[in-house]
Amino acid sequence: MNKVYLIGGGATKIGEHWEKSLRDLFVEAALKAVDSAEISLKDIEAVYVGNMSSGELQGQEHLGSLMATWLGIPGVAAAKVEAACASGGVAFHQAYLAVASGLYDCVLVGGVEKMTDAIIYDVTAALIMADDYEYVAFTGASFVGLNAIVYRYYMEKFGVKQEDIALFAVHDHKYAVNNSYAQYQFAVSLERVLESPNVADPIKLFECAPVGDGSAALVLCSEDFAKKLGKDFLVQVAASTVATDTISLTNRRDLATLEATVKAANRAYRIAKISVEDIDVIEVHDAFTILGVLHLEDLGFAEKGQGWKLLKEGELEKNAKIPTNMSGGLKARGHPVGSTGVYQIFDIYLQLIGEAPNQVDSAEIGLAQSVGGVGGTVAINILRRVK
Amino acid sequence: MKPLKKVGIAGYGAYIPMYRIKDEEIARVWGRDVRRTPIQEKSVPGIDEDSLTFSVEAAQNAILRAKVSPQEIEAVYVGSESPPYAVKPTATVVAEALGITPRLIAIDMEFACRAGTTAMQSVMGLVASEMIKYGLAIGTDTAQGRPQDELEYTAASGAAAFILGPHNSENVALIEGSYSYVTDTPDFWRREGEFYPMHSFRFTGEPAYFHHIYHAAIGLMESLGLKNSDFDYVVFHQPNVKFPLKIAKLLGFSADKIKDGLLTGIIGNTYAAASMIGLAAVLDKAKPGERILMVSFGSGAGSDAFSIIVQDAIEEKRNLAPLVEDYIKRKKYVDYATYVRLRRKLRR
Repeated sequence: MNKVYLIGGGATKIGEHWEKSLRDLFVEAALKAVDSAEISLKDIEAVYVGNMSSGELQGQEHLGSLMATWLGIPGVAAAKVEAACASGGVAFHQAYLAVASGLYDCVLVGGVEKMTDAIIYDVTAALIMADDYEYVAFTGASFVGLNAIVYRYYMEKFGVKQEDIALFAVHDHKYAVNNSYAQYQFAVSLERVLESPNVADPIKLFECAPVGDGSAALVLCSEDFAKKLGKDFLVQVAASTVATDTISLTNRRDLATLEATVKAANRAYRIAKISVEDIDVIEVHDAFTILGVLHLEDLGFAEKGQGWKLLKEGELEKNAKIPTNMSGGLKARGHPVGSTGVYQIFDIYLQLIGEAPNQVDSAEIGLAQSVGGVGGTVAINILRRVK
Repeated sequence: MKPLKKVGIAGYGAYIPMYRIKDEEIARVWGRDVRRTPIQEKSVPGIDEDSLTFSVEAAQNAILRAKVSPQEIEAVYVGSESPPYAVKPTATVVAEALGITPRLIAIDMEFACRAGTTAMQSVMGLVASEMIKYGLAIGTDTAQGRPQDELEYTAASGAAAFILGPHNSENVALIEGSYSYVTDTPDFWRREGEFYPMHSFRFTGEPAYFHHIYHAAIGLMESLGLKNSDFDYVVFHQPNVKFPLKIAKLLGFSADKIKDGLLTGIIGNTYAAASMIGLAAVLDKAKPGERILMVSFGSGAGSDAFSIIVQDAIEEKRNLAPLVEDYIKRKKYVDYATYVRLRRKLRR
């Protein structure tokens, strides 16, 4: 496999972009990424578009050709990559493979999702498509409902209090304050989280990632291409892995473990030749507070049932043991589903080049975890600063 | 948008049906947190009432205050999104009931919650051009809220009527000018054959309600050379309590100036009548010389802004008909089951 470098990135602010369409958002992020990489659009040989619900919410598929057209570069190889909420992380994986294989020297990967123009019932219906329609979704289950089952199970099995899990939302909001891309740039108290309305018991409104619009894009290139540009590039993709698990919770060995995270992470650590202790900063896919806690455990930062302690004891803070979601995470940076995975990698990239809004001192290795469904797909991408 | 000839309000009248349902009761039925409802209670029409009968009630009050003969009224414009008939005018029945027929211009208007104020603008034009002497503009609705939907907690019923005529000292107020702001913004709609409207949730806020009201208000003030400190009262379309308070703040008006015309909390959102009942409530209290800003909002979307100066005749005329407060006090609570019957939510 050839070495793959990350040489630029850009993103739109996440929010309610009433005046911008799906393509407007993508093009805005893509042009920012191209500018930051200091390359020309003509250098791009392939485009990967991470998106989950354009067909359902905008009546638009074929995003590869659409975005290539609107970027003014028809002719490139292009495709939409869909893996539910992990679409962004998996699109990055495809872009990585495209360069690592040696076929392409310069590839653009972007994630885009536009959720706020649709009626909320349609958004809920689109999101549950991430689970098994015939066996689960048809019962009327919603994503919040499924995560509520996991939440209850976890609290019961490990004797953990909700307030110790809900703290994840407080943590995310605290860091989103400084992130100009974040949907919610304000802090919240634990009381406010716990007093917010029930969505699916025990999950409170303020424990859920919001609905939003946004796009993030990154430029990946080969070592040869990087050399030709004659610049020092800082960030290399140390590992990019994807793993799947049974699509629904019903077939899981343990409701409190996302096996796909465990598998993808262990494989990524082997490829990157690192151990958990080497990682300086992470972005985890906390669509609900409970998931944030599970991810810390499944990624190997804590024993099963102990993840909440890292949160409570301040180990996730900037410059603590494992700085987590310095962007504000899914809860406060936002979660335009198919683009979230790319936002996360962009956030890690900013950490490694020293330009992050909540910069961790001398961050060298960062990890982004992107989860589809209730863990049916997990993408792990590890970046390393090489200069 | 200032008329060539000055136009005044000769008389005004409101009507609110006597039944009320508490949001707490609606929340109880749907298992919602009773502390988190948008308003306190909303008006509900009686079994034999509709937007047409409301129009007649409100117009009768307006005629009493205007002290004009129905035969002097030459236009009836009815703005509503809930007419009893899909095809067959309401304005004709209203005119007939009030003794205004047959020599008149009569028309129904529809523009979601804005139709009543656009009816006022149209009548203003007829009066200012001297095509007619007196005209009646009505905003009336029995708003529909889908069961369990957010709108069910606010969709209410009521009407307000204004008789406009040439400027003179007999009028209760002078309309200084009006300004409209309209765009194609699909924030709320009901398709042909559907019983309940659809809305686009948060999209109904910033790009719809706030954007249009803001620009209509600013446009009016700029065109008349007025600033926010020139107004003693402000009345906005009021789909809930939060939105009008927020737009008042955005436009730099103190909470004190909005409170008398903000009734949603206790009568609900009366749609096409909402800002007009608010204006009626302010006229019930305002002193001669005081200036009122009224801005409506209708989904789809548009806003009409008016600057109105109260005249001396208000003191004598306001007590010729029931005040808005009288209708607010006259109330009888119903439970959800009765509400279902009154609102014909059970389809037979």
